[in-house]
Amino acid sequence: MAYSQKVVDKFEETLKNPEGASVGRWKPGDKDFHRVGTGIVGAPACGDVMKLQIKCENIEGENRIVDARFKTYGCGSAIASSGQLIDMLKGKTLEEAQNISNQEIVDILELPAIKIHCSVLAEEAIHRAIDDFKSLRNND
Amino acid sequence: MWYNSPEMDKKYLFKRNNVWWVKLAVPVYLREKLGFDLRKSTGEKDLEKALLVRDSIVSEFKAKFSKDSDQNALLKTNFSNKTTYFDYASTTPVDERVIEKMKECLSFEGAFGNSGSRSHVYGWKAEELVEEARLNVANLLNCDPREIIWTSGATESDNLAIKGAAYFYQSKGRHIITSKIEHKAVLDVCRQLEKENFEVTYLDPNENGVISPQAVKDAIREDTVLVSLMQINNEIGVLNDIEQIGLITRENGTIFHVDAAQSAGKIPIDLSKLNVDLMSFSAHKIYGPKGIGALYIRRKPRVRLQPLFHGGGQERGIRAGTLPTHQIVGMGEAFRIAQEQMEIDHKRLTNFRSILWNGLKDMEEVYINGSIENGFPGIFNMSFNFVEGESLIMALKNIAVSSGSACTSASLEPSYVLRALGRPDELAHSSIRFSFGRFTKKEEVENTVDLVKNSVSQLREISPLWEMYQDGIDLDKIEWA
Repeated sequence: MAYSQKVVDKFEETLKNPEGASVGRWKPGDKDFHRVGTGIVGAPACGDVMKLQIKCENIEGENRIVDARFKTYGCGSAIASSGQLIDMLKGKTLEEAQNISNQEIVDILELPAIKIHCSVLAEEAIHRAIDDFKSLRNND
Repeated sequence: MWYNSPEMDKKYLFKRNNVWWVKLAVPVYLREKLGFDLRKSTGEKDLEKALLVRDSIVSEFKAKFSKDSDQNALLKTNFSNKTTYFDYASTTPVDERVIEKMKECLSFEGAFGNSGSRSHVYGWKAEELVEEARLNVANLLNCDPREIIWTSGATESDNLAIKGAAYFYQSKGRHIITSKIEHKAVLDVCRQLEKENFEVTYLDPNENGVISPQAVKDAIREDTVLVSLMQINNEIGVLNDIEQIGLITRENGTIFHVDAAQSAGKIPIDLSKLNVDLMSFSAHKIYGPKGIGALYIRRKPRVRLQPLFHGGGQERGIRAGTLPTHQIVGMGEAFRIAQEQMEIDHKRLTNFRSILWNGLKDMEEVYINGSIENGFPGIFNMSFNFVEGESLIMALKNIAVSSGSACTSASLEPSYVLRALGRPDELAHSSIRFSFGRFTKKEEVENTVDLVKNSVSQLREISPLWEMYQDGIDLDKIEWA
């Protein structure tokens, strides 16, 4: 099965310049860690694990995603889907981010039917990260 | 051997099937394309006439490859595919020498006839070539040519062997033994037979992928009619001890079928010494064409099969259907060449595997699937932990390899072979099979070492599992979503 050029480009761009493609992490102890929500989805035994982190700031009374980072273990389209998701997140309010659907990723990357689960994984990852961020707030 | 005959030394002619053939020395710059020599039949039985034909063949050859001809320029152009092919276990390119022979069996000028036509020369010529090919196959395996029948490939041979024996001998028993790491062409046939009320035992390999003779001995019963095991595993290259297992099956009076699709022509097989009753072969794994294979059916003691195809009575009624002369001739030539090159091919492959393994073994979290001591060097399967196989293949974009990762299969399941070895699923997802062959160049393997190292470290850089591993987190203790 051949991927679309978009998947290939996204994958290669991520590999070549991980930092530029927002690969990375915030860890406990980092300055703004209390404003970072983390979502981990998938399982090694299933062949894909996606870890997404969103950093939020309260801008004019709304929490907006100002930065995001990811790491992904998985096939080429899982890695490309994560990168695509990151591009879509930045600047969005949590509510807007919550409404991102996997179909958008499928459309942009032209994912083949057998790889749609990669986009679903990305959608789950953002939901988890938002939930995690909100639970942090509640604990404040 | 024919090439030692005195006639041949003097005049570059040798006799085969009662006809004189000419053997031409090939200039150095054409050897890679044509092989070390070129054989052509003069079509003459009489030596004097054959000499005349020889002269015309030689001059034709010289004209064709003279230094100024366009064709020569074409041949000399360094044909370099940018993608390195390391998937020989999947299939192989057809050897140019084989193609040449096949071409002679297609056109009106060639041996296009039906080998079943007994009434005219077209049929006789085709039959002669078919029988010559059968002899080449038999020679490689040291068996009687009458024990070889043509099929469409190893899948058909496996089907015919297993179903054919199971059906024919069902009154003697309905128990079959195979292993969990057989090719699907064996496993799915066994599954089908289970639906037809046969009982199948699927043996576990040891952690290196070997089916121990003891496991066969323990599983064999009075009503076991058939044991079917492969010689070289297609995914991990591991070899089974066919000799020892054959002693066990013979003692029990059980038929022993061996799938030799990956082994024929690559390691020595002597059927006169092995207690093997049925053996499956394929041409396209050994530089022959796709769509042709063979089944060895032992004559002494005689093994009988119930045919799957019925029709024109070809192949002693065991496999009906007009024989594809060009395919058969291609397989025969491929097997003949394999016999000549086996030793040298094997040495090169062993060297390639050493280069790859020595270059990669010092990396962290690298595993061999299978074993070096017990493995055919042309197939080398490794897992790079924390890196998913398909993504690694994508990163190695100029290298054609395959993976046991679920993502490369339509079923989204990781390799059943690696799972049967007891490998955790994540290592199965992280596996890559490198398979080398006759046209692999040393530099290609050397270049691959650095490419793999770089790609693996790039992918680990973006892998959350690698991050956790580096942090000292035990991945087995995490509850994954």
